[in-house]
Amino acid sequence: MKYGHLLGLAGLLALWCAIWSCQPKSVEAPVNPDPNLPTQVTKPTPMEWKKPANLPEPVYDFTKNPLTVQGFALGKAMFYDGLLSQNGTISCGFCHQPAVAFAHVDHALSHGIRDQIGTRNVPGIQNVAWYREFFWDGGIQDLDLLPISPIQNPVEMGDTLANVLKKLRNDPRYPALFEAAFGTREINTERTMKALSQFMLTLVSANSRYDKAVRREGPALEEQEQRGLTIFKAKCAACHATDLFTDNSFRNNGLPRIPTAKVDDIGRGAISLSADDRYKFKVPSLRNIERTPPYMHDGRFLSLEQVLTHYATGITDSPTLDPALKTMTLSKQDQNDLIAFFRTLTDYDFLADRRFQPN
Amino acid sequence: MKYYLYCTFLCLGLLAVACSREAMEPETGSLSVQLNNVVGKAELAMNGTIYTNIAGEAFTVNKFDYFVSNIRLRKADGSEFVPPQDSSYFLVREADAVSQTLRLNNIPLDQYIGLSFVVGVDSLRSVSGIEKRKGALDPGDIHTAGMYWDWNTGYIFLKLEGTSPVTPVNATGKNNFQFHIGLFGGYRAQTINNLRTVSLTFGGQSIQPATTGSARIQVQADVQKVFEGSTRISLAKTPEVMVSNYSATIANNYATMFSFVSLTKTAQ
Repeated sequence: MKYGHLLGLAGLLALWCAIWSCQPKSVEAPVNPDPNLPTQVTKPTPMEWKKPANLPEPVYDFTKNPLTVQGFALGKAMFYDGLLSQNGTISCGFCHQPAVAFAHVDHALSHGIRDQIGTRNVPGIQNVAWYREFFWDGGIQDLDLLPISPIQNPVEMGDTLANVLKKLRNDPRYPALFEAAFGTREINTERTMKALSQFMLTLVSANSRYDKAVRREGPALEEQEQRGLTIFKAKCAACHATDLFTDNSFRNNGLPRIPTAKVDDIGRGAISLSADDRYKFKVPSLRNIERTPPYMHDGRFLSLEQVLTHYATGITDSPTLDPALKTMTLSKQDQNDLIAFFRTLTDYDFLADRRFQPN
Repeated sequence: MKYYLYCTFLCLGLLAVACSREAMEPETGSLSVQLNNVVGKAELAMNGTIYTNIAGEAFTVNKFDYFVSNIRLRKADGSEFVPPQDSSYFLVREADAVSQTLRLNNIPLDQYIGLSFVVGVDSLRSVSGIEKRKGALDPGDIHTAGMYWDWNTGYIFLKLEGTSPVTPVNATGKNNFQFHIGLFGGYRAQTINNLRTVSLTFGGQSIQPATTGSARIQVQADVQKVFEGSTRISLAKTPEVMVSNYSATIANNYATMFSFVSLTKTAQ
């Protein structure tokens, strides 16, 4: 036992040797933290997203992009910032205005950078969590990839995503906003797109008079509106299906060709390259329809009356005309009742929601 | 007591030796695929050099970019090593020499006798979320941007652009031709699928990844084959091929443009 202490020390030495030899061999100096970075990373605050009771399950995968208060704020800041365009003049909100369900009122065709005019009517942004495909032709397959298209379209925002990322990085405001939303100041494609998605995903419209009646939260529809709803269910709801008022399909609704139109827009046909898809366009939702003239992919109809006149008397046959429209009949009374019903789809809470407007 | 302590020291000593980094033999190495773009027997140059295709049409090249992905390495016994997919997407650009070396790391030290790869971006990745689009697949990268269709979600697999006196004058006053070949088969609506897989063998030779120095597989891509690989095409007839069914003809052609040249190993 005389050597007990010595043996104990030797044991400790051996243990130390063992531990030391298990360490990585490189002894690089610790990386100096960037003095600009705060030492504590604050976690973004989760933001609740509730599915309205009368809507189906959304298709967007929120687990890949959990909504946060700071992510939403960043998305909104970018949405209303002309920095996303080549010369600073065109923000997303330029063409997607909150008071008209994020469509562009009074513009038949989209109006972009340097007063250039596009070839299609600006679609609104509402209930995008339920859409798998975007744009009139469904060319965009994922909400998180959507903003790249208007940013880079030469007649819309006219920039490149690479340059927009560079501008965001060099902007005095954005690195801090990205840090608040994602934990670090890094600005990349994924974060930029996901923040924009977060803002767009919160644009849920489901508080119209119709919704409140359906959910028994408000008064029932009036007699004419109810008649309109009955006609709608019989003649329109096959395509304008569910309380989203679209089945998200692509259909040819019998619009006659306008011979003088600058482009012969074949819609979905240009995406799928299939003859069966020529002149098919996405079935739009009818939510807030009263507020979003003009109508159709090319904005050819200025009023709901003109739209219904088309379905009553204007449907033009072609190889891809939707079969459901071959036998469509609508009396003048039907048309008036339908319009009364459409007006119940205006969601004033949504259109006036302060959270969605520029700061 | 003493015996017990000796045992403890012995065990700890053995542990120390086992953990020592020097004692470990490297089990993987790196391998590079070196792509060299040519036009027939000549090196491809984008300086106005005039070439002539099989249809007798003169042309110059001012852009030649393509994606190589999903590289697989074949062993003599027929089995394959597949590097992790995330590190197997490369955008090869004629204008950027660095992009023409595709470096594969952490490759087991077997002897490889051939390889295969996809020209383009496989359909699964073409429909993946934004978080799976990094590096060469990042639409926010300035070079990748030119290889990405933002209006029709998908990558351009191969881009060949140039001029030819036989093509009509376009709005810029030039006789340009442009081939932008993409289309992965479609997301929910089916489209044509221009993904092509190329398989090459190393002429009976084999190569082992390098642990120090380099091990390179030299491969060449012949622009002439884009015009004649399986179907003879004419710039006069089809100066612009992008999103159309004819793009499949060009994809079939360029699928034949790759050939094995040599294996090189340098010790260092």
